[in-house]
Amino acid sequence: MNADDLPSDLARAFPDTPGELRRLHDRLAAAAERDGILDVAYRTVDSPVGPLLLAATEAGLVRVAYASEGHDTVLQALADRISPRILDAPARLDAPARELDEYFAGRRRSFDLPLDWRLSAGFRRAVLSHLPEVGYGHTASYAAVANLAGHPKAVRAAATACATNPLPVVVPCHRVIYSDGRIGRYLGGPDAKRTLLALEATA
Amino acid sequence: MTGKQPFEAVVTQHGATVLRVCRAVLGPADADDAWSETFLSAMKAYADLRADANVEAWLVTIAHRKAIDVTRAAARRAIPVAETPDTVAADAADGSGLDGDLADAVAGLPAKQKQAVAYHYLAGLPYADVADIVGGSADAVRRAAADGIATLRRTYPGAAATKEETDERG
Repeated sequence: MNADDLPSDLARAFPDTPGELRRLHDRLAAAAERDGILDVAYRTVDSPVGPLLLAATEAGLVRVAYASEGHDTVLQALADRISPRILDAPARLDAPARELDEYFAGRRRSFDLPLDWRLSAGFRRAVLSHLPEVGYGHTASYAAVANLAGHPKAVRAAATACATNPLPVVVPCHRVIYSDGRIGRYLGGPDAKRTLLALEATA
Repeated sequence: MTGKQPFEAVVTQHGATVLRVCRAVLGPADADDAWSETFLSAMKAYADLRADANVEAWLVTIAHRKAIDVTRAAARRAIPVAETPDTVAADAADGSGLDGDLADAVAGLPAKQKQAVAYHYLAGLPYADVADIVGGSADAVRRAAADGIATLRRTYPGAAATKEETDERG
């Protein structure tokens, strides 16, 4: 054996074992959940509006993110704002994933999930908390939503609240459009907003 | 401000290296438990880790302590048998080796040499960092690693023959 080969032979003698690592990772996620140290669990789900990142604290669903937001960027923001103790741990997201599946299949008109609102505060949160009142298949204007939140003149602020909704799809900011019919800003882009409105119009 | 990365990224980036180190130091049977306990402990303490800390050295430090715990627990369970270091390499060829003879030869190294080889050559830590983990000086670690490599050079090429003899006996 060549003297210089031994270190690289060593690496080969203890090779990567991806299947084993995946199993150990899942075991870690289960143990972290059991020990109460999994501050944020996440998974991604496929949908007609692209892959969605779902993240939940122990209190409930805290973030839904479109691919266009950059899932890694969103996870880093969750680490900065909530806690870096974050794992890809699908079990906690079973109920949200199932309800979103039903929604995209046209079999669900409202979501029945515990929500963690901590990423939204003040007037924005007030606006978002009223959005479920805009029913499935309907739309409302930003002015109407500002009115629902108790500040009829705060139309721009209502628009900002919708555009920064941490829980898109589940909290239906896609149902809020301009009174002249323009579709308005949307986290997932205008095409995603149109897709959701079309889904709700036909289902 | 961007702070610590999500712990998932820590597992993704360092999980394979830590598993390699656990296997080298403990052998395949106990490596999984040591890995699991290492990352669970690390996740608990992650919030308190300094932002500029060397994450890999930190993880190997935790893995080293877990490996000591596992070894002590195993020693308490085990029935003592007479074993000299020179014969351990041969005895380790009992089918539990991960990828044949070199892994078996590593298993047969004395603990200090095995740790120095694993932490320096497999985890890629500088001798000074390894010394922080195992105690002693960087020079002592360098010597232990060199002794370990020399032993492997001696035992590794002959390990196949030794294994055959073992199998014939067995």
